[in-house]
Amino acid sequence: MGLEAALPVDGFLTTQLRHVINWSRRNSLWPMPFATACCGIELMATACSRYDLARFGAEVMRFSPRQADLLIVAGRISIKTLPVLQRIYEQMTEPKWVISMGACASTGGVFDTYAVVQGCDQFIPVDVYIPGCPPRPEQLIEGVMAIQRIIDQEGIPPMNGGKRQPLGLVMQPTHVTKPQPVGVTVGG
Amino acid sequence: MATTPSLDHPMFKLVKDAFPGKTFRGTEFRGESTLIVEPGDLHSVLKFLKTNAACDYNFLSDIAGIDYLNYPAKTLGRFALVYNLICLARNERFFVKTSIDPSLPTDGIVNDPALVVDSVCDLWPGAEWMEREVFDMLGIRFKGHPDLRRILLWEDYPGHPLRKDYPVRGRGERESYRVVDRTSA
Repeated sequence: MGLEAALPVDGFLTTQLRHVINWSRRNSLWPMPFATACCGIELMATACSRYDLARFGAEVMRFSPRQADLLIVAGRISIKTLPVLQRIYEQMTEPKWVISMGACASTGGVFDTYAVVQGCDQFIPVDVYIPGCPPRPEQLIEGVMAIQRIIDQEGIPPMNGGKRQPLGLVMQPTHVTKPQPVGVTVGG
Repeated sequence: MATTPSLDHPMFKLVKDAFPGKTFRGTEFRGESTLIVEPGDLHSVLKFLKTNAACDYNFLSDIAGIDYLNYPAKTLGRFALVYNLICLARNERFFVKTSIDPSLPTDGIVNDPALVVDSVCDLWPGAEWMEREVFDMLGIRFKGHPDLRRILLWEDYPGHPLRKDYPVRGRGERESYRVVDRTSA
């Protein structure tokens, strides 16, 4: 069954080593879930059976940053949490990617107060921004797939003289906004 | 619809009789009665409410600090403290409130000798963290507290954020971090 059935008995494939490495990397993104708010609940839903992040090889949540290569910032970052987040980012090994999930992680959201950092991208490099409050699991999967496409193309994020350039991709919302307020239908 | 507070809570009379010559005020809202005391009498009144057998408020549910700066109505003072007492035997709630005024500017973290009340940690040990929170957020100090440090913010935070003269967006605390990029990671 599977791939080996299609191969000759003592067959072999030729490919480029870079393609093999990228292929394995893109299918084994191990996320570090930095879930501080309700986006973390959607992150858990994404990893659960209905949406099943395992289909994309990213289901192995690692609570040690040294074993993770995808930092998912899910939720608001308070002024006391930001140094922790920076330290976690620094402890992750290269190559590493960062997803800023939801309005609070990207901009501070509705929490425009002294205690909430107005966007974690001011202080750590962010590769993919996912809008939403919170984003739906489909949208988080879109973000993971965007990182997979980047890995397919060139492996690690572009560099500028040793300085990492964040990819800065923004996922588009996956739903259509209806005119507000939406009429309520009962029993229909 | 404004109704007249009914000051028939039995604790009003008990406290009044136990402390002759002291001034107390009382108020009531939707069945919950509040006794307003002078800051100097706070500890003795709370001790009476806890230890007297007829009062028996053996559980301190909460200590809330209030800043009344720019409050639309007339208030007794700039800051207020509300002690939320519960008698577990009678399942009854009672509030004790006091107000204090600062003597120094309140926009920093100066140690204002006027913003001090007696700690009630000797009566309810659980008051320790509540008083630390009030100190952290409003800068009101508690005399006799065993370990009065900030509880939520860090030690040298340059403000008491729940004071109304502290800007809601802070004074740049949320922007003052180093930037981590590829070279530093």
